[in-house]
Order: sequence, then C-alpha cells, then structure tokens
Amino acid sequence: MKRRTLLAAVAAAATLTGASAWAEAEVTAGFIYIGTPGDGGWTYEHDQSRRKMEAHFDGKVKTIFQENVPESADAERAITQMAIAGADIIFTTSFGYMDPTLAVAEKFPNVKFEHATGYKRSDNVSTYSARFYEGRAVQGHIAGHMTKTNKIGYIASFPIPEVIRGINSAYIHAKKVNPDVEFSVVWAYTWFDPAKEADAARALIENGADVILQHTDSTAPQAAAKEAGNVITFGQASDMADYAPHPRVSSIIDNWAPYYIARVQAVLDGSWESVDTWDGIDTGMVEIGEITDAVPAEVKESALAMVEAIRTGEYSPFTGPLNKQDGSAWLAEGEVADLGTLAGMSFYVEGITDEIPN
Amino acid sequence: MDLSSISPILLVASIMVSATPIMLAAIGELVVEKSGTLNLGVEGMMITGAVVGFAAAVNTTSPLVGFAAAAGAGALLSLVFAILTQYLLSNQVATGLGLTLAGLGLSALLGKPYEGIKSPTLPKLDLGPLSDIPGLGTMFFKHDIMVYLSILLVIAVWAFLKYTRAGLILRAVGESHDSAHALGYKVVRVRMLAILFGGACAGLGGAYLSLVRVPQWTEGMTAGAGWIALAIVVFASWRPWRIMVGAYLFGGITVLQLNLQAAGVKVPVALLSASPYLVTILVLVIISARGAHGAPASLGRSFHASN
Repeated sequence: MKRRTLLAAVAAAATLTGASAWAEAEVTAGFIYIGTPGDGGWTYEHDQSRRKMEAHFDGKVKTIFQENVPESADAERAITQMAIAGADIIFTTSFGYMDPTLAVAEKFPNVKFEHATGYKRSDNVSTYSARFYEGRAVQGHIAGHMTKTNKIGYIASFPIPEVIRGINSAYIHAKKVNPDVEFSVVWAYTWFDPAKEADAARALIENGADVILQHTDSTAPQAAAKEAGNVITFGQASDMADYAPHPRVSSIIDNWAPYYIARVQAVLDGSWESVDTWDGIDTGMVEIGEITDAVPAEVKESALAMVEAIRTGEYSPFTGPLNKQDGSAWLAEGEVADLGTLAGMSFYVEGITDEIPN
Repeated sequence: MDLSSISPILLVASIMVSATPIMLAAIGELVVEKSGTLNLGVEGMMITGAVVGFAAAVNTTSPLVGFAAAAGAGALLSLVFAILTQYLLSNQVATGLGLTLAGLGLSALLGKPYEGIKSPTLPKLDLGPLSDIPGLGTMFFKHDIMVYLSILLVIAVWAFLKYTRAGLILRAVGESHDSAHALGYKVVRVRMLAILFGGACAGLGGAYLSLVRVPQWTEGMTAGAGWIALAIVVFASWRPWRIMVGAYLFGGITVLQLNLQAAGVKVPVALLSASPYLVTILVLVIISARGAHGAPASLGRSFHASN
C-alpha cells in the first residue's frame, strides 16, 4: 500500500471511530488541568472525579481533557480549542484560568463554563470551590499538638486568597492549642514542581520545622519529610496514603465527583445556570483523610470532634475574637467571618510573622 | 529577620545536592556543543532518564542499576537525534525541540505504573575521617556517590578537551568541520559519539532527580531543569570549570531563596529566582563585547562531506 493511501485510510478510520463515539454521547464535558493526573494531588482528584462522573452517566457523557496547561495566554488557546472541539461544558480547574475562562466564555455563549476557585462569574461562567480552610483548621489543630520544635513549615504556592485563608486557618488552630507555635512560610510560586517542592520542604526542615503543611500539588514534600524521619505532613488535595501512617498523619481530600455529576446533569436537563458554589465538610466536597496512629489518641479524638462540629455547622474556623496581623480588630468575640471577606482574604491574622508578597 | 536559623553547613550541603542534576546534564551538553551540534532535547532526555532510572531501580532494588539504565536510555534517545541530524541532516533546533516533546510524552507513558511508588535511594557515603570533620564533613563529605561522580566528570571532561588528542579532534570538528574533514577526521562519527555522551549525562541527571533529590517519579518532574542546563552551557561560555560554577550558582540560588524564606527573611522571591538568567544575559553581553564569544564556530551547522 502506498504511504499516502495508508495515511488516508488511517485518518478515515480515526474519523469514523471518533464520530461514532461522539454520536452516542449527548453531552461532551471538557477539563483543563494545571498539572497531570499523575501528580498524586490536585489534578489527580479532578481526574478521578471526572472518571466517576463519566462512569455515572454510562455513555451519555463523553469527557475530554488537556493536561499541563500553563496559567498564561496558552490557557485561552487551550480552552478555545476545547470549545471548538464541541465541548458543551468546560471545567477549568485552576485559579489562574479565571480571566482566560471569562474571555473564551464571551466568545462561546452557548458553551457552559465552570471555573474552580475563582471569583468572577458571567451568564455562562459558574465558579466552584471547596472550603479547604475547614480542613486546614483540623491540620493546624493536629500540628499544634504534635510539634516539638514549635516550628511549623508551610509550603505556599501563590499569594491568592485561597492560600492565605489556609495559612490563617491552620495558624489560628495551631496557636489555640500551642501558644508558642511559629509558622515559617515559603512561597514556591508554583503549583507543581516536585524538585522545588522537595527543596522547599528540606529548607523548612533544616530551619527547624518538624511539621510540614503544603499547598502545592505533588507528593515530593512527603518524600522529603520521610527522608528526614521525625517530621510529619498532611496529604494535600488527595489522600497521599502512600505516605501513611508516617510522615503523612492525615489529609484534606477534595471530592469533586458529586459536583461534576450535578452540573453535567443540569446541562443534560437544560437547567444549567451560572452559580457560585462553595462547599465544605458538610456536603463532602472536603473530606478529612484517616488520622493515623502516629497521632496520640486524645489528639485524634479532639480533631475528629472538630470535624464533626464543622460538619454540623456548630463551629466555624474563623470565629472571633481575631485580630488582623497589624493588630487591628477583625472579628469580635463569637463573631463569625462572612463568606465575602473570606473569599477575598488578603491579610494575615495576628501572630503570623511572614509578610504576604505582592 | 532571623538569619541564625539558617545553618550554612546544611545550606552548602543542600546546594551540592540541588546542583548535581543540572551539572550532569550541562557537562554532557557542553561536549555535544563543543563538537558543533546543538541538541535542545536535554529536557526530554533528562526526563526519560528519570523514568527509566526509577523503573530500573524499583525493579532491581538497586539504585546504581537505575543510574546505568538511565544513562542508557538517555543515550538511546539521543541516538535518534544523532541519526536524524547527522545522517538525514535534519534541522538541529527543530529536531532537538522534537526530542524534548517526545521525551516528555514517552516518559509519561512509561511512568504510569510507577506513580506513587517509593524507590531505593542512594546511601550517603561515609568517607571515614573526612566525614567526621566538624562542619566541613557534613558540607562536602557526606553525600551520595553521584555528587562526587558529577564533579569527577567535570574534571575528566576538562582534561579530555585540554590534554588529549581525541579532545583536540572533537574541538576541531566543532570549530570547523570542513577543515577537520579535509584532515581526514570522521566528523559524523565524532559528533555521534559526543551526542551519545550528552544523552547519557542527561539521563544520569534525570535519574538523580527521581532517585535522590525528590525521590519519586512524578510526570513532568524535571520541570525545566533541562533548559537550565542549556543556559548553564552558555553561561559557562563553553568551558568545563565554569559549568561547575554555573550549576552551583543556579542550584544555589533556588535553595538559598527557599532557605531565606524559611528563616523569615523578606526577599523579593521573583527577582531572586530570575537572577541566574539575568546573570547569563550579562555574561553573554560581556563576552560578546570582548569580541570572543566562545561558542564553537560550527555550532548548529549541518555537515555533509559533499559540501
């Protein structure tokens, strides 16, 4: 067979199989990933939820995804491509896709867009996020009890409200059980760079931290902590159970599957509307991974009590009295922070010595 | 600000570890470029080395076998580049970029079963009395064997290029392939060997990331280290000793800025992260202002005996 005819035949076959798969599905859902499903963290959970959603609809929904999309002009190109490829609903799963998502949404009014962790919406752009800070409160509680050096290291990614909220929530609850606790924050300026994350973890450990909290996506800090021996960590975005029972003593797990199923169902029903979703432990969007036996029983018990109190709505992690970093009053005794302030949080609470980079 | 919590001893030790992968990749690329070939596929060869090395180490439980396999895999991938550019005379820049993309894709495919697995890692050497010297021992004499191997490799490459006949031929091929050919040297063969050496070094560098520095396999884990290695070669103006300086500078600044942050020092992180690249540009400006830019004259040009 001549090479050209072979190529043509292969192309035709590919088009045919592609077309038949498309014909069966009523809705195509697209996903834009910041890293790869193999990161073991953030993107892994989005991808797991995508699979669960696809399985739930049993052939009625086809999903497509693109991984490693940078938060730059490339994002706009990738999202546009997905819209042209026929996606009916597109989930853009990182904060930095906010403006690109809105720009593309304007050009494709019939496509629904769902942007994770952002705060800008339009008629065909919804936002969704999880109240990770509820999980951070539990981590802070355990960390405050467990630290012996009273130094807790925090690998932060970018100075955006979501990350700052997490640092504040963890700090407040660590301080509550251990007034001597100090936080060292390292800004890695990346969501995913295993070598840099490992270096950051080592730098913190060398500076005396014996608890490492991370807001980056890979399991590299867990590996670094394991190597150091006497350091504990928490799984971020995913359970990271490979590192349990030690160094990983608990985790925050993002469970997006119920949300993805509900939103795609809405597209199928024609009832999709632009909404702002911010769910936490109560709906199961934020799950607390198993607290291992490396944590003393009474600490585990009080941590689980806190999870329960947050779940029932009895307790909110941002409850006064709380001051801002500069000492000015923020929340009075018993006052609970409103969601608007939390959504745009750009200040530390009193006691944190780090400065938020600008 | 509390600088006292930074231990200079541990800092130097960390810098040596973080500089090793880029130093290995850069010294290999230096030899490739000295022979007159520009291989932009360093990133692809590194990550292929990272995944193959990791897989081999996990399956044989021997990190050294992992490193050997990584060198082989890097060399094998560079063989593709060598055949395409040396025999089929394809464009070196495009082929090199293609190699990077192919390497990233291939490694993701190969690495799927190895995600989340822990690997055997290299033990730290105990150099007897040297390791026991207070301070200096921890700084310089308590590393794994690859750290020392990378330094030995730099010395070996320097001696090879400066003192051996083969090194002289390699440089001649890089400076003027037509003259070298007229003198009867096998230009293509020399370049093939240089490219294979570069591939093997990049593979070792990648394996150091996945087996020692991180240590685990994660898709895309080199995260630009190959490009930094390429920048170091330019920074070093194609001299082996300066590769070492460059690697410790690039690796050092990353570690230093993280340590400064961990100690609570207010540093402009973005500026510090960009500084090695700014220094590279500065070096380029200085060497071109002096007239001699140090780049091999035939760099990036294809050679065919009929020309």
